[in-house]
Amino acid sequence: MSAPHAAVSLAGVGKTFGKGAVRALEDIDLAIAPGEFVSLIGPSGCGKSTLLRIVGDLIQPSVGDVIVNGKPAHRARLDHDYGIVFQSAVLYDWRTVTKNISLPLELLGWSRGRRNERVREMVELVELSGFESHHPWQLSGGMQQRVSIARALSFDPALLLMDEPFGALDEMTRERLNMELLRIWERSGSTIVFVTHSIPEAVFLSTRVVVMSPRPGRIAGIVEIDLPQPRGAETREQPRFFELVTEVRERLAGSGAATAPTEPALVTEERV
Amino acid sequence: MSTVVQPVPRSFGRTIGRRFRDWLPALVVFVLVLVAWQGLVEVFNIRQFLLPKPTAILGALRDNRSDLWSAGIVTFKEALGGFAMGSTAAILVALVLARWRRVGGAIMPYAIAANAVPIIAFAPITNNWFGLLNPMSKMVIAAVLCFFPVFVNTLRGLTSVQPASIELMRSYAAGEIETFRRVRIPNALPFIFTGLKVASVLAMIGAVVGEYFGGPLDALGVVIQNNVALFDFPLAWAGIIVASAFGIAFYAAVAVAEHFLTGWQPAADSRSD
Amino acid sequence: MAAIASRRAAPAVGDGRARALLDRAALLVVVLAAIWAVWEGFRWIGIRTELTWPFPVNDVTMPRLHEIVGQLFEPSRVNGPLLIDVLLDAALFTAREAAVGFFLGSAIGFGLAVVLVHSRLLQRGFLPYIVASQTVPILAIAPMVVVGLGSKGVTGWVAVAILAAYLTFFPVAINTLRGLQSADPRALELMHSYAASRWTILWRLRVPASMPYVFSALKISATASIVGAIIGEAPSSIQEGLGGAILNFNQYYSLEPRNLWATNIVAAALGITFFLVVAGAERVVVRRAPENVA
Repeated sequence: MSAPHAAVSLAGVGKTFGKGAVRALEDIDLAIAPGEFVSLIGPSGCGKSTLLRIVGDLIQPSVGDVIVNGKPAHRARLDHDYGIVFQSAVLYDWRTVTKNISLPLELLGWSRGRRNERVREMVELVELSGFESHHPWQLSGGMQQRVSIARALSFDPALLLMDEPFGALDEMTRERLNMELLRIWERSGSTIVFVTHSIPEAVFLSTRVVVMSPRPGRIAGIVEIDLPQPRGAETREQPRFFELVTEVRERLAGSGAATAPTEPALVTEERV
Repeated sequence: MSTVVQPVPRSFGRTIGRRFRDWLPALVVFVLVLVAWQGLVEVFNIRQFLLPKPTAILGALRDNRSDLWSAGIVTFKEALGGFAMGSTAAILVALVLARWRRVGGAIMPYAIAANAVPIIAFAPITNNWFGLLNPMSKMVIAAVLCFFPVFVNTLRGLTSVQPASIELMRSYAAGEIETFRRVRIPNALPFIFTGLKVASVLAMIGAVVGEYFGGPLDALGVVIQNNVALFDFPLAWAGIIVASAFGIAFYAAVAVAEHFLTGWQPAADSRSD
Repeated sequence: MAAIASRRAAPAVGDGRARALLDRAALLVVVLAAIWAVWEGFRWIGIRTELTWPFPVNDVTMPRLHEIVGQLFEPSRVNGPLLIDVLLDAALFTAREAAVGFFLGSAIGFGLAVVLVHSRLLQRGFLPYIVASQTVPILAIAPMVVVGLGSKGVTGWVAVAILAAYLTFFPVAINTLRGLQSADPRALELMHSYAASRWTILWRLRVPASMPYVFSALKISATASIVGAIIGEAPSSIQEGLGGAILNFNQYYSLEPRNLWATNIVAAALGITFFLVVAGAERVVVRRAPENVA
């Protein structure tokens, strides 16, 4: 199940809202190679979610070019080149797990047989076998997010956009899902752009961490994460891990962001 | 590690026992009120103008049951017709307005204010339009009464979708129609049924009260009104009971339909967080 | 510093609000114009094509709108007072009945809910009936109540007020109860941690939390009171109110249809006014968008 890899390139991207009243993003230049796992991290209001949505053509940039998979972002969206996962699972209560995962496949016009087969694969991939006929409200938060990830990957997109997908979960579930995500990434080979609040999460998951400054959002720095692959539970205990976490934190502090301690239970701002 | 909600098996006897205890106070109140009613009327020799003895009402009900039943059917048909017309129109208009949300938002306050108009007071006018004996004259009243609750609730349901849900559909490059079909309409179903339940009660009331302003002799509202004029209150109350029964049955039918069509709704106590 | 900031802010706020009001007024004009156009348009087509479906369209069934308005300033009967005077008196009469009943019913409903929220037992005893009564066609009983009470010497308008109170009482009781119970459990725990008395908790937490629910019921009840008043008056021939006026003018409809139409328009205006008054009170008391709540 290897997917084609997508590259993402942003050149001079900026975004202002409300007739210039709010400058969310400025001068974003970023090149993401195919197969990379890139995290966007920064304080609340730094525009990382906006940037993610610009890559997905859900918001149009005010200036700059966005190329996804060799095409303009708009074309890439129409061609279904990416899957997206939000912080809330956004599952449909009236559909079972199976039907939730098959939603994009239905929209793409896949035949029933092909859909069923792919859904079976995805359910296995996210380890939800046995829960196919459950409804979302019968599942825990972590399980719902796994369904959301399965749905996003169901049509083999070259690119996966994730907006703080584990932000609403408790720490232990979050760490477990981090591991699962890495495993899924290894198997699928997709490029992943991942927005997060959590420094350890960003360091653990990524090949590179992009640190953003508070509004107007700019790239304050990029940290290469040279931890060996494949990563596991022991990675979090290596000295190099702590060094990288410190480096990211210092970049954040240097960019003017408020430094939050690494305990993920502390949230700097409530997401409405 | 992850929690899944399973129904907790309970012993059958314990369930019955708990149910009985829950309803016991209500039952006690019911019996007390009945006894008090019967007693008071007798003791104080209240002339049977407003509150006849329950036994008198039941007697009238029993003696006239076939007439009352057929009168109920006549009126119920008017209510049903009005319900169908009003609800259908309401859902269609709501679908159109959900498509052009700005217009819908602007119209909402007017729809809500229009709901405050005493529609039933227009019964004499509809009688003049369609003729006193024509069921259409009452159906129109019922239809207008049903329109607003169904319209307001349907529109609310169609537009109260999570923004992230819409973003998700856009990420799939799905068009407006697809988004309506797969997201807005299923999301709106519970809301639509809320509106339909309200409308089902209003339809019956509208038909009965509309008939107070005049109608065919075999209609329930006319029967009730005539008996009030004749000061035959037990029979009038019996008519009211029949009207209530039809209203409750109508409501229950809609509720059953709701259960079948929105069975996927989580019960309030089974969400796991 | 703060003074300068607030002075600079003021004109901007004033502009925004004036704009919004202008927009709303413009929309109102558009809506009224649309209603006029639909009415006159349908009438014009109907008369030209001699439409008989859905109903025969002619001067009697659909008088011209401006003639209806004009009729207000004609005498309602030969050598009688102007129609508009008659209707305003009738409207005031009906409004008074409805208002008395509305306030009485709301007070009792609110009080009952306050009692019930503190006693599980009483709730289980009475709630089923309160809920079930919402399916009873109380409006259908209206004429009976008024006639019955009238025959026992109760003045006409008092009976109608009692009816309006009854129509108001049940929705207000149920919604108030739901609202009082809707207080955030965590806020309740906070109150308990302050060792607050039940009375304090009631007035500082539960009642404010219940306001959106209460007003939701009050808006419905305001309309119901007016409708109940009109329906209650009509068959019991209470002459002074709008119900009586409707019945009167209905008798002479074919001679002068515009009288009945004018009456109905006044009744509609009364219903809307009542509703708007309650909605306005809601805006003042509940400083959140009422649409967002249950």
